[in-house]
This record gives sequence, structure tokens and C-alpha cells, in this order.
Amino acid sequence: MTLDTTDRRIIAATQAGLPLVAEPYAEVASWLALPEAEVIDRLAALHRAGIVRRVALAPNHYALGMLANGMSVWDVADTRAEALGEVVGALPFVSHCYLRPRALPDWPYNLFAMLHGPDRATVETHRAGVADILGAACARHDILYSTRILKKTGMRLRPEG
Amino acid sequence: MRRAALPPEALDATDRAILNALQDGFPIAHDPFTQAAAPLGLSGTELTERLAHLREIGAVTRFGPFFDAEAMGGAFCLCAMEVPEARFEEVMTLVNAHPEVAHNYERTHRLNMWFVLACEDPGGIETVAARIEEETGITVLRFPKLREFFIGFRVEA
Repeated sequence: MTLDTTDRRIIAATQAGLPLVAEPYAEVASWLALPEAEVIDRLAALHRAGIVRRVALAPNHYALGMLANGMSVWDVADTRAEALGEVVGALPFVSHCYLRPRALPDWPYNLFAMLHGPDRATVETHRAGVADILGAACARHDILYSTRILKKTGMRLRPEG
Repeated sequence: MRRAALPPEALDATDRAILNALQDGFPIAHDPFTQAAAPLGLSGTELTERLAHLREIGAVTRFGPFFDAEAMGGAFCLCAMEVPEARFEEVMTLVNAHPEVAHNYERTHRLNMWFVLACEDPGGIETVAARIEEETGITVLRFPKLREFFIGFRVEA
């Protein structure tokens, strides 16, 4: 799907969130001088194409008590990595799960999974659970905890694209 | 963003039901709040008022469409560096000065600096990574995403 200027304007207008009014898509449409139906139809088309992954609420997991997280990394046999990645990504305590290239000899790991829990002990329990799932397909693993946020800025699409 | 837990009494059962239900999705329709509120036994107005409050107390990070940044034409790459402790602040300043560095974390590993490059096009990743190597004299390991798996992440409120 190729995005046109109107799609990009709708994305730019909604990427910070929807307004909390009874008819939020009509409100967005009024900002952009578009009919409400066009905003709804285009967002629905973007959703079908996977460009909108979902329209939903993202809770602040820290506020809800998920205070610990760690980037777990796994050296998984290439022949099994795709299938096992699916299983690991679907776990309720995994927020991101990617297959990435190894950087040998420095870095033998190809599966990355961000694990979350109320405390580090729980995160370690989750890590043990993932190790059980991967079994003999995993040669070694590690977990990296963040000690400091050095920079954090949003990734925003420019409206003019 | 709030990084501390809310006291348990900050949320009542209705707040928790809203946080749990809306993680799964929200309608793209003329009257989405009325539609989303019905199964929760609320009116659309009650739901928007609750959401405004939840956002105010920091229980909600974002509410709305989530976009696949790569599908919109951007390019992203996770990168890592092994920075000597004595040079950490200096290297951090050099790395963070690039607007393409979207976020950067210090982590517990020999590879102690992990950042994401976000560029308008794929060629930009190589250019910026090579420039950081030049400026710092430290190898930038590139870990582009080969495959992203479907995520079942949920936070039970």
C-alpha cells in the first residue's frame, strides 16, 4: 500500500493519540478539513494493510507495577528460530521479540525478547521459562538490564512525508 | 512518563476493566466510545471521562492508532557499542548529538551502549553508523531486524 498525502496527514494528526471526545474521528476530520467518513475509511484501510497495527490503549506498565524489564538474548539454532520466535513473542510478559543477525565473534545471539515483570526476580523467572521453551535449540543466553536512559525521543513521521 | 507504580487505591474496578478491555482494541467508527463503553456497562461520556482521568494520573501511555513505522517508509536499526568506562560520557554526547538516534540505553554488558537509529530511508542507517564510528573510533555493531514476531504482551490492571 502506498501512502498518499491525505494518509500522511491523518497519521501525523493521530500519532500522538485520539482526542477524548464522543466522536474522535469527526474531531480529527475537522482539524484536517476532511469529511469524517474519509478519515474512518482511510484509517480502516490502513488497518487492513497493517500500517495501523491496532487502535488501542497502551497502559503505562510502570504505573501498573511492571517496574522491571530486561533485554533477553538467545542463541537459537537457525532452523528453529522462526518457529520458536513465534512462541516466545506470544508470551504475555514479552513486549518485543525480534530475530536479528549475530555479530560473531562478539555477539552469538539472534533472538531478542524484552521481558517484563514487577521485579527483577520475576523477570528472571520469565527468563527461565523462555529457556525451558527453547530447550536444546538454544546454545546459550544472556539478559541485559538497562541502568540508565541516555536518550529517548519519539519517532515521528513528518506530515509532508 | 511516570516510572513509579501507582498506589493500588488509585484505580477502582471500573478503571481496571477499562485498562484491560481497551488494550485489545478500539473501534474505528462514528461513535467508538459508545460502542466500547457498552460491554463495560458505561456510557460513552463516562468512558471518556474515565480515560481523561487515567491519562492524567499517568496510567495510560497512549491511546489511539499504533503505526508500523517501517510500513510508513522509515528505516530502523538497533546498534551496540563497547564503550570504555572512562570515555562513556564523551561517547554518549557524540552519539546522542545525532538526531537519528531515537533512543539510547546504558546496559549491563561488555556491549554497554545500545541505541536505535531511525532514518527516513535505509541508506541513512549506514551513513550515520559509519559517522559515529569515525567520530568515536569505536565499532558500531548493527542489529537490523530480520523478523518481528507477533506480540501477545498484556499488562493485567
